[in-house]
Amino acid sequence: MSAFTPGPDSSAKQIENVEGITVRLAGDSGDGMQLLGTQLTNTSALLGNDVATFPDFPAEIRAPRGTRAGVSGFQVQFAAEEIFTPGDVLDALVVMNPAALVTNIGDLRPGGLLIVNEDGFNDKEYKLAKVSGNPLDDPRIRERYRVTEVAMTRLTRDAVAELGLGMKEADRCKNFFAMGLVYWLFGRSLDPTLRFIAAKFGRKPDVALANEKALRAGWAYGETTEAFGTSYHVEPAQLKPGTYKNMMGNQALAWGLLAAAQRSHKELFYGTYPITPASDILHELSKYKNFGVRTFQAEDEIAAIGATVGAAFGGTMAVTASSGPGIALKAEAMGLGMMLELPMIVIDVQRGGPSTGLPTKTEQSDLLQVLYGRNGESPLPVLAPQSPADCFDIAQEAWEIAVESMVPVVILSDGYIANGSEPWKIPNVQDMKPIEIAHPTAAEDSDKPFLPYARDEKLARPWAIPGTEGLMHRVGGLEKEDGTGNVSYDPENHQHMVHTRQRKVDLIAERIPPQKVMGPPSGDILVVSWGGTYGACHTAVRRCQSQGMSVAHAHIRYLHPFPANLGELLSSYRTVLVPELNMGQLRMLLRSKYLVDCIGINKIKGKPFTVSELVEQISAHACHDHNCREEESQEDACEDGIMQSKAG
Amino acid sequence: MNLPVLKATDFASDQDVRWCPGCGDYSILAQMKKVLPELGVPREKTVFISGIGCSSRFPYYMNTYGMHSIHGRAPTFATGLKTTRPDLMVWVITGDGDALSIGGNHFIHVLRRNLDINIVLFNNRIYGLTKGQYSPTSSEGQVTKSSPMGAIDHPLNPLSMAIAAEATFVARSLDAHVKHLGDTLKRAAEHKGTSLVEVYQNCNVFNDGAMAYAQSRDLRPEHTIELEHGKPLIFGKDRDKGIRMVGNQLEIVKTADVPADDLLIHDEKSNDSTLHYMLSRMRYPEFPEPIGVFRAVQGVATYNDQINAQVTQAKQQKGEGSLQKLFESGDTWQVA
Repeated sequence: MSAFTPGPDSSAKQIENVEGITVRLAGDSGDGMQLLGTQLTNTSALLGNDVATFPDFPAEIRAPRGTRAGVSGFQVQFAAEEIFTPGDVLDALVVMNPAALVTNIGDLRPGGLLIVNEDGFNDKEYKLAKVSGNPLDDPRIRERYRVTEVAMTRLTRDAVAELGLGMKEADRCKNFFAMGLVYWLFGRSLDPTLRFIAAKFGRKPDVALANEKALRAGWAYGETTEAFGTSYHVEPAQLKPGTYKNMMGNQALAWGLLAAAQRSHKELFYGTYPITPASDILHELSKYKNFGVRTFQAEDEIAAIGATVGAAFGGTMAVTASSGPGIALKAEAMGLGMMLELPMIVIDVQRGGPSTGLPTKTEQSDLLQVLYGRNGESPLPVLAPQSPADCFDIAQEAWEIAVESMVPVVILSDGYIANGSEPWKIPNVQDMKPIEIAHPTAAEDSDKPFLPYARDEKLARPWAIPGTEGLMHRVGGLEKEDGTGNVSYDPENHQHMVHTRQRKVDLIAERIPPQKVMGPPSGDILVVSWGGTYGACHTAVRRCQSQGMSVAHAHIRYLHPFPANLGELLSSYRTVLVPELNMGQLRMLLRSKYLVDCIGINKIKGKPFTVSELVEQISAHACHDHNCREEESQEDACEDGIMQSKAG
Repeated sequence: MNLPVLKATDFASDQDVRWCPGCGDYSILAQMKKVLPELGVPREKTVFISGIGCSSRFPYYMNTYGMHSIHGRAPTFATGLKTTRPDLMVWVITGDGDALSIGGNHFIHVLRRNLDINIVLFNNRIYGLTKGQYSPTSSEGQVTKSSPMGAIDHPLNPLSMAIAAEATFVARSLDAHVKHLGDTLKRAAEHKGTSLVEVYQNCNVFNDGAMAYAQSRDLRPEHTIELEHGKPLIFGKDRDKGIRMVGNQLEIVKTADVPADDLLIHDEKSNDSTLHYMLSRMRYPEFPEPIGVFRAVQGVATYNDQINAQVTQAKQQKGEGSLQKLFESGDTWQVA
């Protein structure tokens, strides 16, 4: 007989329907919170909920145990509607120790559920967390939140007692107990996690069994104890029909690169040096050698991009990736790649800077670096994905631009996108269009010399590769004569070449889609964002729209060149707000290029925006004054008026 | 096979050579052009990659594929090219500043990986292109533009470094000894794995005669010793001196004073690099400096072979990658 496997909503207790839940699991770095979080996310996705995640962990592999610095958290929102962020405030918070409690409690909404592993609360732990006593003794906590203390460690030990494990091994299962309890609370099925346990610990049957027992015990505890009266049900979300998979940003980038390689009948070369938060792309790609992928773990960042340029010269699809500090080291070779006019992709998974900065935290402060952080006039196209699943598309788009224009293309991802996850609709590979690449060969009857820097209508030069008879040529970083590619110090030629390389990138604006806006085409406020802040900005603007504000959202995917209509668009709104996780880098670009006075909303805390802080900022700039409203079109003003009165 | 017979001039590009008159680089360029036709590799399958410096202009003068890259990094570009295009014959042209100073890291790593390329290191013991500063191989105390009171850096020995970095082919030659240079370049090209050839190259503008003790036809027999596999180490105009091992030290002896089998026999094929390393430590004026092939070890897997073998193996084991299968692997769910 197979054991009873509780499915969703198999609880005999009262079940409450909710639209969505935001829950954070927080404990010590060694407590397995990231595992718990990813399992909860996958399980929720399999139940059909829309999901968005935000893992938050220290840079140290094992920061001192029990300390605030060592707290590792994983936040997930799962919902019955389409969501774009992992949520602002928590409906539920699970904490394994006092350090996790004091560092996370501020994000729990009043009336929210606080689940505490009471075995993690003792004098020793208070000392490690630098709190004077049990923080739960503060009456305000019990007034404000619904607190449930569970002896997770002891209950886990009891659950696995018959297996005769050591105390340490037994205690290691307590995250699975917590998982079982959380699964009960939110009507999650145990099946996916049971499958995971079998696959992950299959070779250690006693460990697998212990984890399974702990998981089931956690579920049973929720079902039987009187501490919990209600569990919650979240309906599946109405996503577009299709087959879905939960995707993390870095994985999506890796898969997008694989797809781009296959679409262009190329094999993929990936030269890189390990760095947080980009390394997972290497881990992922190194698994796909049977797709013709060659991964090269170089001796340093410079070697990584050097090899990438070398592979591109040889006619391979070549990609390198790093984070801010590594991109700084790659700058010179990126300039060479630009000068050689060879296609390749450079991925920057941004993290908190400057210098070593905040390796595991997110930030958007490399925009100016990738645009201008090279010597000389060195224009490169720059694209930024807006979400984890979008990374799949942007990798392919970057490659298309690279080969069309014969230029290295930069993808600016960030730590939030890289480690976050969301449902990804699996595409049909047969529907993917090929990416056409033509390498020239020498015309047999032609005695004209080959011109390696002859240009087509996109100003791209031919991608002639070594091994091709009759097309021998030399490339290099010295300025070259247009057409022949020979070294040239001629002043007129230099001016011509600098302009040509810029113009080649500018021409891309004619081929990318025009900038779209979500909301009225003109009006009071335009929120302009880029990269990983998409979800928070989109959700905030929608909320403001529903409150009757005249506000639109433009999320820029193409940061160089900008879409052709962007300038016109910016001038169609009274106020342009630019939220960024930096000191105003995009804002500076918009102001200098379009002479539009943009207002920045800037946060540099290593954390993403919350929706509520953006709503607050947008509201503060919204026009509540009748006089300024008259400047707008009659229709918009009228519509806004109605909506506002309704809201009022 | 009916390959067209190429001449040295077929390997000359249409660009004017712009080294200073009298520069040792001319001789290396000439020997390269002479050797390439003998290798039977078509021009379009030949690639020269250089870094920055006087020597690094080399690719512009060759009618092959070429890349003049950035300072010190030529081995990295070669790594990307050779791993993805193992069908090409790849040469790296570098200098003492390029390879040993700014590019020291890449120099070590390309050697330890045993990428199947040939590195020619033009060692003139000075920075030429930046007009005369001391280099990592300049002598201690050398007065240059940037060391008016004498250089205080201890010089680096590129061959010792290469041997320590697990190099499988290590050789030295001289710009002025053209036949020897040509033969050495040819041996380097024929070696499977990374070949390093250090060439003593005279900078007649900024460091003229720095290695005259070895380059000058008159002085050479006394101050250099030609290494030949399986032969005893003998040198001198009258071939009257030899090298033997006493304890763990090398010493110079008169061949007449010792039994013939006392002399050290050169074994370039030995896996153990201890003796090769000791040979690399022989420096003028205490010792004659060895020229020729120090080390040529066969059978060590190359990086390019291994990276490609893994791809082949993965394809055999898992089958050619299917994107659709990959996308649908693991946990998925349907939305109707």
